Order: sequence, then C-alpha cells, then structure tokens
Amino acid sequence: MRNAIATGLTELAERDERIVLLTGDLGFTVLERFAERHPQRFFNVGVAEQNMVGLATGLAEAGFVPFVYSIASFAAMRPYEFIRNGPALHRLPVRIVAVGSGIDYGHNGVTHFALEDVGLMRIQPEITTIVPADRDQARAALAAIATLERPVYLRVARQGAPVPGLDGAFELGRINLLREGGDVALVALGPEAHTALAAAALLEPEGVEASVAVVSSFNPSPEEDLRSVLSGVPLVVTIEGHYRSGGLGSWVSEVVTDSGLGTRVSRVGVGSMPHALTGSEAFLAERLGLSPAAIVDAAHAGLRSL
Amino acid sequence: MEPETDLNALAARVRRTVIERARAAGVGHIGSALSIVDLIAALYGRALRISAPDDNERDRFILSKGHAALALYAVLYDRGLIERELLESYCLDDTPLGTHPEHEVPGIDFSTGSLGHGLSIGAGAALAARLQGSPRRVFVLVSDGECDEGSLWEAVMFAAQHGLSNLIAIVDANGQQAFGYTRDVLDLSPLAARFAAFGWDARELDGHDPEGTALVIEGLAGEPGPPHVLVARTVFGRGVSFMEGRIDWHYWPLDDEHYARALADLALLDAGSALR
Repeated sequence: MRNAIATGLTELAERDERIVLLTGDLGFTVLERFAERHPQRFFNVGVAEQNMVGLATGLAEAGFVPFVYSIASFAAMRPYEFIRNGPALHRLPVRIVAVGSGIDYGHNGVTHFALEDVGLMRIQPEITTIVPADRDQARAALAAIATLERPVYLRVARQGAPVPGLDGAFELGRINLLREGGDVALVALGPEAHTALAAAALLEPEGVEASVAVVSSFNPSPEEDLRSVLSGVPLVVTIEGHYRSGGLGSWVSEVVTDSGLGTRVSRVGVGSMPHALTGSEAFLAERLGLSPAAIVDAAHAGLRSL
Repeated sequence: MEPETDLNALAARVRRTVIERARAAGVGHIGSALSIVDLIAALYGRALRISAPDDNERDRFILSKGHAALALYAVLYDRGLIERELLESYCLDDTPLGTHPEHEVPGIDFSTGSLGHGLSIGAGAALAARLQGSPRRVFVLVSDGECDEGSLWEAVMFAAQHGLSNLIAIVDANGQQAFGYTRDVLDLSPLAARFAAFGWDARELDGHDPEGTALVIEGLAGEPGPPHVLVARTVFGRGVSFMEGRIDWHYWPLDDEHYARALADLALLDAGSALR
C-alpha cells in the first residue's frame, strides 16, 4: 500500500504544484521516485518528527499542501501536540502519511506498533482520519482529499492486497458494505476487512448470516451508514488492528449509544500492551486475537448473550 | 505599514497599554510582555514589511513565547491592525484575545502558547518563501527558557542545513522562566555560541534599544547564507521597578497600588529615554 500511495502522490504532484513531501528519514525503496521526479519539493528533514510537522504547518499557511511521512507510531505520537496546535488549530491541509498500521511491523516490537493512533486522531474534530482497506482504496482516498482544506491522517498498512468486493471504492463519510447478512454485522477497520470476510465465511456453514462492512474514514463520521448497516441486526462485532479502546470499536459504541440503538457491541482488538512479544504479522494477529477465529468466538459469545 | 519614526515613543505607548490592559483584565504574564516591548517595537515599527494581514507576500511574525501576547496586541493596536474595541476585550469572556495569541485575530499569523513550536513553523514558512521565490522574511521571537525544548533545536538544525537566511530568530534573553532563573534550571549560556555552533549567524544585542535592534535587522545579510539569531539581552518586567527580575511577576496580576506604582515607573522610564 505504501508504494500505491507514493506512486499516486508522485503523479498528483505533477498536476498540483502545491504538494511537497517531507520525510522523517524513512521511505527507503518507497519515496525515491518522488524525490527523483520532484527534487525541489522533497525534503528528508532528518529524524525529527516534531519539526517535520512544524515545517509542514509553516509551508501550508503559505499555500503548500505538505505530506509528511513516517512510521505510524512516530508520525502520530511524537509530534501529536504539534499536529493539534499546528494543522488542526490552523485548519491547514497537512497530510500525515503514517505507514505500518497496528502490528504490521511485527518483528520490530512494540515501539513500532501503532495501536492507539486512530483513536488519537479521530478524537481531533479538525482532522480527517483515513484507514484504506487496500491499495486501490488508498489511491482513491488520495484523489478524494486532493482539494480538502483540512488536515488528514492517512494510516497506510504495509500490505495492500485487494479486498474482494470493494473495487477501490472510497468516499469520505461513507461505509462500504461488502456482504449482507441479518444475524451479525462484522464491522472492520480498513484492512481488517480481510479478517472479517474470512470470519463471515467460517460462520456461514453454521447457519450464521454475517454482513461485513468496512470503515475507512472518520471526520466526517460515517454514522448514517453505520446506522443502516446495524438496522435490524442484533449484534455487531468490530475488528481493528488497534487497541480495543479508542478506535473503531469505541466509535461504533458511541454511535450505538448516541442513536439509542439496541444493537449489542462486541469489540475485537488488542486488549493490552504486547510486552516482549515480536513475530510475524500472522503470528501476532493470531496471538493477539486479531484473527477470523477470534471474530467467530466473539460472534458466538455475543449471540449466546442476546 | 509605514515605518515608525520614533521607536522609543512607540515602545513607551505599548508599555503603557500593556499595564492598562493587564490591570483592566486582572491577569498576569505582565513581566514577560514588558520584556519584549522594545523588541516588538523594532519589529512592528520598522523591520516587518506588512502591506496587509492577508497578503501572502507579507513578512511573517511568530510570537513563539505566546504568553507575552499582550505586548503583541498592544503593538497591533498601535499600528492600526486591530481596533480599540477588540484590544479592550482582552481577557474578557468570548474574545479571541486571551493571554496567548490566536491566528484568527487580524495581524496574528500563528496561534502559539506551547513553547518550542514556533521556530519549526517559522522554518517551514521560510522554506515556503524560498520555494515561492519570495523575498519575504520570517521573524520568530522565542524566550530563553523556551530553548529548553528539544524541538526548538530540531528547527535550528533544519534551518542551518537549508541555509534559511530569510529566517530571523530573536531570543528574549531575560534570564528567567516560569519557575526559576534559567541559570539555575538549565543553564544554556553562552546561548549565542550554541546557535553559532549549529551554523547560525548569531549576534547579541541590547534588547531594550529598539533603534539599535532595527538597525541590526536592517544590516542582516540576505540569501544565500545561514539563518540569523539575535540574542537580545532583556530585563524581565522592564520599566516597572518592582517587577524587574522577579519570578513571581510571571503570574501576578496588578492591584490598585501596584498599578499606580507601575504607571509612575513607566513615566520615569519615558522621561529618561526622552533625555537620552
């Protein structure tokens, strides 16, 4: 997905002179093409994420559309206050490209996991948060924000294999429904759509009809669509590469509560800080309960408790 | 803005406004504001080229030590950029004029208040000017206590690496911070030498000589070259005897007695500078 973003951005920059790209010393094998095509608009600012966001703020006020690039945990958290008091407070079109969602950087350990970034960003009312489900949706999202005059946090997963049935569709404030079913709604954050679809396939032979929806953005909040996804469904299971609190599951719970829906909410996500735990993404997903089996278990438990 | 012929007179008016407004609002941060009055007089009276607050070709000014905003409001009023009614709303309910500046106020380029943020924004603004081929400059006023922030030094390194000679940092070196004297908290002296070691053109000057400060700024070399820093020696609470060099006046508001004494002190200072 990183390469899709980098390629899309390189092309966008051909047409949009306002685009500049800043990186916090990351992007090996990803950003070279942009740097070669637009050397005047590419800056490796060094390992200094706070300054990177501050620079972007000053650039944006003068009319540029700066993209800043780093690993999600560094892009979101180290300069968080600079993001809030910079692009958010000044309503400037800074784009934070945060690579490596959830446990993508499995072997790198917890310093490189992004488990709270979506929560941190979506609670900022001025920031649009986008979590593309696959590389086609990432490209579509890039096009969708081309003229958006507000900050965007773009969480870019390492893998970008196409989500079946999504066909690269993306619209701010909307949810994509991938599959219909009246027993349980499986609502996935971005790339966890794959996991949700796999869980739905496991539930089907048991006679449990699961719908699958993918949430790829917040602010504007796609709550209208969520309400229609949940309409008449007694149980929703959320799945996200993120802590269970703060992100998608919390957002769904907020909408259910605010709307007075009777839907029961079960949240699948990372429950606690993974200490001294590294490994492949697949291994960690299994261990941390981000698997189709975990969703099926949550669905079973939820259905029993109805 | 037309240049101001008498920067000392401008500074005197600004000081008086600071005291009046602080008293009317019953709020503190007075000493910090007085510390920068002569610097801000040099900037808004002479150095800054501002045709209109929304002209992209205007020089930018970032008050990175946002807690001294009252001095900024006072000079914006004096220079005709904000109305008296707005100035007099300082720290009332439902006003954009709080103790830290908001960019929605005409003439204020960036909202500040969190220390260590302004120089990064300024470096970005200076880079933007270069990319746009504009001769505009960016002035960032930081405090010496603010130099504790690591993020400030990130911006220092970037600006030097990219030769942002259109970036001018001014350090209000009054030797004080919120809860102690800088020499006792984190002693960064010699501050100019530290900036110079990072590749900046660093100079020291008397921060209470607005004419001299304006002359130094006028003489700064343009591109290409290193970014500039003026380490301005200042006195916290300048002009008000009982505030000068006192940590507690970072926070205290003025009561009637102190207000009267402050005005009397300012009158003495004005008489002295008229004699000079």
